[in-house]
Amino acid sequence: MDWTSIWVSVRLSAVTMVILAMVGVPVAYWIAFSRWRWKFLVEAVVALPLVLPPTVLGFYVLMAISPASPIGRGYLRAFGSTLPFSFQGLVVASVLYSLPFAVQPFSAAFAGVDRRLLEASWCLGESRLATFIRIVLPLSVPGLVTGMVLSFAHTLGEFGVVLMVGGNVPGVTRTVSISIYDAVQALDYRTAGQTSLLLLAGSFAILAVTYALQRSVWAVWPAK
Amino acid sequence: MAGEITIDIAHRFESGVEVGASLARTIAPGSILVLFGPSGAGKTTILRAIAGLMRPDRGRIVFEGRQWFDAAVDRCVRPQERRVGYVAQETALFPHLTVRANIEYGLRAATAESRRQRAGELIQLVGARGLEDRFPRQLSGGQAQRIALARALAPSPAMLLLDEPFGALDAATRRELRSEVRGVLRATGTSAILVTHDRLEAMAMGDELAVMIEGSLRQIGSVPEVFRRPADPAVARSLDVETVVAATVDGASGGLIDLRIGHARLVAIAGPECAVGAEVFACMRAEDVVVQRDASAQGSARNHLPGLVVGIEPEGAIDRVTVDCGFTLVAAITRQSREELALVPGSPVTAAIKATAIHVVPKV
Repeated sequence: MDWTSIWVSVRLSAVTMVILAMVGVPVAYWIAFSRWRWKFLVEAVVALPLVLPPTVLGFYVLMAISPASPIGRGYLRAFGSTLPFSFQGLVVASVLYSLPFAVQPFSAAFAGVDRRLLEASWCLGESRLATFIRIVLPLSVPGLVTGMVLSFAHTLGEFGVVLMVGGNVPGVTRTVSISIYDAVQALDYRTAGQTSLLLLAGSFAILAVTYALQRSVWAVWPAK
Repeated sequence: MAGEITIDIAHRFESGVEVGASLARTIAPGSILVLFGPSGAGKTTILRAIAGLMRPDRGRIVFEGRQWFDAAVDRCVRPQERRVGYVAQETALFPHLTVRANIEYGLRAATAESRRQRAGELIQLVGARGLEDRFPRQLSGGQAQRIALARALAPSPAMLLLDEPFGALDAATRRELRSEVRGVLRATGTSAILVTHDRLEAMAMGDELAVMIEGSLRQIGSVPEVFRRPADPAVARSLDVETVVAATVDGASGGLIDLRIGHARLVAIAGPECAVGAEVFACMRAEDVVVQRDASAQGSARNHLPGLVVGIEPEGAIDRVTVDCGFTLVAAITRQSREELALVPGSPVTAAIKATAIHVVPKV
């Protein structure tokens, strides 16, 4: 079994999940509470990776991070290396690719918090930010967990974007899904089957545990 | 001045409904201004505007000399800075926090030690000892409402806003909580505005009564005053009872109580919390009052009050006859009866009313 690529995938998924938890919370907060009339445009942009072919997303990300673009040039100047076909480049692409899987559960959870609780908190002197931290976040734990697990699992399974942006550098950008593809191309069905089974079992285990935990977390929620 | 509030606001909702109110009142510490009216009259809107949770289209709100809201200069103080306590029918306790943490929620600026002490005081005050470590879902409706009250009072608000706080409770708990809330307000010297559509609750709890109907504030005054002289027919209809007089329970026997109203006396059915010495309101509907020329006429009514007719107002087929019998009593009789009895202002009459037709509301 190709443990190197499994390790690359797990690392990529974990880093992506952590970044998405940090980036996704403010974005989801804005989506949940903003009253801007053009908000739907932002929501549509966030949801794009759900429907876009991964190759299209990968193509644009590749264009955006190549040293020919301002972003790529800025990165090159700041860090002295280029993003395409690097692990960092893969992270950028994965964050974009898995964005809706984090942001949508987050913002659904935030918006689902009873507004009367927020008003009660404001009347008790707490600012909007303090109210978010003390009331909204703790009551959104199930949604936060869902978003993080889904973004982890979704990154674990990505293929097209990785191929476009990361190439196939063993130990750096060769993820487990690409390794399986390579194994099949080489007619090594045994390795492909083993890795696939591992991925299947792992994904199932993660989701099963999450949903089981959700149940007990949701039981804390008051009967409405 | 403490408890001094001026409200003059108007708001138009997208649905086209308009709500407005204009009043200038001083709500003394420990006393309650009741905002009474049928559902949909706009009471909650006014309360939310006072709390800063909604922003009216026009007008201003001044509390104790501070401009809370002034549409003219686009000023709207945030709810965080108004220091009002807000308690609604849905208690909105934070479900992930214990009772103690809920009460301490608004005290973040204080030290942990003084937070704990203050929470302890309030738990004692609202009679919630032993519930400190429970979560809101483990509380009964009455307990939850007590905790909501304690949470709102913890930061010592300048004023407490109560929006149908007893609406979701059963009758017995409601009665109990009414007097407890009154006691807590007195003990803490807090002014309060209470919204209710329950006439009896308005009577029992209001030091002053403001009546809202169809989005506008129609009348404001002391409870007996508003009942005695409703500003318009809509107010009168919403009050649904023509005579409300303050009375003292003088004696009780065999399920009946004696009420003293000045020099007049009435016999009524004893209700809960009608102990001897209690201050109550005696409520009588005009259609339950019989007017007789002859004082000796026999009947089952327990109460016969001699008096003089002081006014007659025709209202369709009915005449409303006001009788002064030590207090002002309104009777609704048909025009034929009035003509047969030849009633004119000044006629000596006897007003009769059954003990069972007198509704006794204890003041809290």
